[in-house]
Amino acid sequence: MNSIFENSAFFGVVISLCAYGAGVALQKRFACDWLNPLLISVLLTILFLRVWRIDYQTYSNGAELLGWLLTPATVCLAIPLYEKFGLLRRYWKAIGAGILAGVLTGAASVAVCAMFFHLGHEQYVTLLPKSITTGIGIGLAEELGGSVAITVAAIILTGIFGNIFAQQVCRVFKISDPIARGVAIGTSSHAIGTAKAMEMGPVEGAISSLSLVVAGLLTVAGASLLSRWI
Amino acid sequence: MKHVKEFGVILAVSFCGEILHLLLPLPVPASIYGLVLMLICLFTKIIKVENVRTTGYFLIEIMPMMFIPAAVGLLETWPALHRMWLPFCIIVCFSTLAVMVIAGRVTQMVARLHNGEDA
Repeated sequence: MNSIFENSAFFGVVISLCAYGAGVALQKRFACDWLNPLLISVLLTILFLRVWRIDYQTYSNGAELLGWLLTPATVCLAIPLYEKFGLLRRYWKAIGAGILAGVLTGAASVAVCAMFFHLGHEQYVTLLPKSITTGIGIGLAEELGGSVAITVAAIILTGIFGNIFAQQVCRVFKISDPIARGVAIGTSSHAIGTAKAMEMGPVEGAISSLSLVVAGLLTVAGASLLSRWI
Repeated sequence: MKHVKEFGVILAVSFCGEILHLLLPLPVPASIYGLVLMLICLFTKIIKVENVRTTGYFLIEIMPMMFIPAAVGLLETWPALHRMWLPFCIIVCFSTLAVMVIAGRVTQMVARLHNGEDA
């Protein structure tokens, strides 16, 4: 049975898409934000792999195709950004202030938590890039001497958290302005959160795309400048 | 044919992003170079937005699915993580929440200050 999976080029994609479809169907059926399709599809896929004792490598042989699309999809985030550029021109001060405040909050909150849990310098620099997009985060963790595998885990978990809770957080903390929502999501939970912002609205999506790029670059610039002290 | 052409343009920009990533010694991934390049091309009208729009929005729409393999891959990092998983999860959730709230509230505050009367 397993050899069928091992030799298949499509198995990984098919199981991922079916799991995602199930997630979307569940969310529609129960009309509940907490049933996030991304979360459900990940859990279902893990469950499936566990039950059939399929190792991750076998799964990723095919599923890698989905990851391959990530670069062109990220490039396409320029399109809504281009179409909503007038907003950016008009609100650049607010957007810039929000992103800067978010990046500083990110560094400070990780530092405070690291102190609280008595984590060392290595763990601190491992978790520092958690709010920025994977490609930039990996580079930064490497440069600062962190553990890259854990950085990737932190980045993905951050994204999923943002994707699941973005709407609730905006509601509870009364972030009602679409531009502010975009900055909040893009700065805190990069591309995975931005996928959710896109569902919330075109303005949210465009500003979130912008924020993920700016926050990523700001974090790299800041961390490289301050790397002697952190 | 329209979609093939659009997808071709998007992949070409992605490829240029890859080249920049190889040439420049910065920790910036190809996708971010590509995004900036695409934006420049759209503004300078080297690429017309109608020529990438349909496929572009399709790719953005299916973007959440593209994260499934990486998220399932978290299974693989479990051995490295299991000793510190609780502080790890608390830090990730707390910090993400803090960044989201602060970034959103600051933007909203400055935007309203900027707009004047409507609070």
